[in-house]
Amino acid sequence: MTARSTTAAVDGAAAGGPLVELDNVSKYYGNIRALEGVSLEVHAGGISCVLGDNGAGKSTLIKIVAGLHRHDAGDLLIDGVRTVLASPRDALDRGIATVYQDLAVVPLMPVWRNFFLGSEPTRGSGPFRRLDVALMRETTRAALLRMGIDLRDVDQPIGTLSGGERQCVAIARAVHFGAKVLVLDEPTAALGVKQSGVVLKYVAAARDAGLGVVLITHNPHHAFLVGDRFTLLKRGIMSGSHTKDSITLDELTREMAGGSELAELSHELERAMGDTS
Amino acid sequence: MTMAAPPVDDRPDGPRGSGGDERLLRVSPLRTLLGRPELGAVVGAIAVFLFFSVFADSFLRASSLGTVLYAASTIGIMAVPVALLMIGGEFDLSAGVMVTGSALVSSMFSYQTTANVWVGVGVSLLVTLAFGAFNGVMLTRTWLPSFIITLGTFLMLTGLNLGLTKLISGTVSTKTIADMEGFPSARKLFASQLTLGDVELKVTILWWAALVALATWILLRTRFGNWIFAVGGNAEAARAVGVPVARTRIGLYMGVAFCAWVSGQHLLFSFDVVQSGEGVGNELIYIIAAVIGGCLITGGYGSAIGSAVGAFIFGMTSKGIVYAEWNPDWFKFFLGAMLLLATLLNAWVRRRAEATR
Ligand SMILES: Nc1ncnc2c1ncn2[C@@H]1O[C@H](COP(=O)(O)OP(=O)(O)OP(=O)(O)O)[C@@H](O)[C@H]1O
Ligand SMILES: [Mg+2]
Repeated sequence: MTARSTTAAVDGAAAGGPLVELDNVSKYYGNIRALEGVSLEVHAGGISCVLGDNGAGKSTLIKIVAGLHRHDAGDLLIDGVRTVLASPRDALDRGIATVYQDLAVVPLMPVWRNFFLGSEPTRGSGPFRRLDVALMRETTRAALLRMGIDLRDVDQPIGTLSGGERQCVAIARAVHFGAKVLVLDEPTAALGVKQSGVVLKYVAAARDAGLGVVLITHNPHHAFLVGDRFTLLKRGIMSGSHTKDSITLDELTREMAGGSELAELSHELERAMGDTS
Repeated sequence: MTMAAPPVDDRPDGPRGSGGDERLLRVSPLRTLLGRPELGAVVGAIAVFLFFSVFADSFLRASSLGTVLYAASTIGIMAVPVALLMIGGEFDLSAGVMVTGSALVSSMFSYQTTANVWVGVGVSLLVTLAFGAFNGVMLTRTWLPSFIITLGTFLMLTGLNLGLTKLISGTVSTKTIADMEGFPSARKLFASQLTLGDVELKVTILWWAALVALATWILLRTRFGNWIFAVGGNAEAARAVGVPVARTRIGLYMGVAFCAWVSGQHLLFSFDVVQSGEGVGNELIYIIAAVIGGCLITGGYGSAIGSAVGAFIFGMTSKGIVYAEWNPDWFKFFLGAMLLLATLLNAWVRRRAEATR
């Protein structure tokens, strides 16, 4: 890893505790209970995975960490300090960068404008302060190339990229600006096998660089490949919390699907297979 | 802040790293042109120009150019901020009467306080900006559509213009302020004209050109410009990456207000008296100019130069009909047909441009 990218992590680790911690957090949308009593720790150089079915509350969880929603009960601690995030900008300023499931990009804008949106570098001063377009273009290209995405043209509207390419642009952007914590909401959901591998490799590299990562996924295989801690959500409630050495992939998969339900499912599937052959 | 990304695939910048890419077919200049938002408007402008060159004898005279440009500039000055606002995804239906309101404030404040007209001009700037800020703040606080909010301020301003003028002046128009101190210098700034050869150019044309240049600079080369496109293209995404969405919108409405002030001062200092009922309906003409110029009505796409071309089409059509000695009643028909044709052309061009990427 480059010396530059590890300095941020050393700062975070110096404090010792988790970079971000959720303690008994709850969130209600009107009368809908989206989350209830969920706890989570994110450590520097660690990947905390959040697993759960559709509607389990995974996206809600990270929207709290990202400053998009405020939690209704419990505590959010950043570097050990109780915090209520005022806005996504606030979270960004504290070093929490998020890649959203419904990718936060503006389809009609060129890739390079999207890459720097909200954090545009400028040159000159006073009335002559202007975007540093050359730097923006070049940085975008270089950052994407480092991720293995060799873009044809950073001037094309981001809406014309493939889903995987768009995901990688969003991750590359988050890593480029994210000082300490990277939050990813189902980064591999829409991707092919190879692209998923690239994204996971990139996530692991971010961890090795000392970032704390929150990885949200449906896929226990992906989670087990890279994760250190696993938090399982079921209908808004935390149904399990494990570290890597206390659980195997099989156990994780079974617990996610709900043990007996899975046994039943495999039984049914076996029978179906038997019928067709 | 700019942390190096952890290298996953650290390919050295090979020969094709420096710009060439075998998948990227060479983009012909024509294709680049097709991707510009104002292309439809330029084609339309050429067509209108040729049309009136043939059917209106005096259209091609040098003196006509000054007249056409003047008509275009009075619309163009307002079409610029309205286009920016539309790129930002919003409308302002109060823009037309705001121009009149701004002129009324200058005139009546100067007359009533019998001070220097420049005091009235300054007060008018503050009042007009406050109206713009009101539109913007209402929009960002209430989350109501801008169509409704500015329809409300449009009606309120229309009433205020008429009601207050009658209350203060006793009639529907303001009193003359031509004999007051500062009038000549203010007139020079807002309503003078210069002669180039045998072409008479009004100073509004300079204002217009300056505003188009400034808006283009803002749109393409500043952070604020980046935010305008983002807020109009996907406000949620913009907010999520830290763009100050509310401030951007308020800024856009204040931009409209500023240009309404410029327009209003021109109105006042070229005619000396202001009719309080004027301006109704102009807001639609500004929007038409912006749309003809290639602004996407749903936001996120467009240009300031396009709005200028739209305004120029407006100027050519309104004066061309006079030069052709037709009944001016036909003007609205032409404008409507132009709007439809230009939007169709824009939509077609954009589809072609996107399909061929
Ligand atoms: N803005 C909202 N208003 C009301 N209810 C909401 C809102 N957002 C989410 N919910 C509800 O909260 C619950 C959790 O949603 P969430 O998006 O967090 O699920 P998820 O685990 O991310 O699902 P998926 O895997 O499909 O992305 C769902 O029942 C959803 O309907
Ligand atoms: Mg989700």
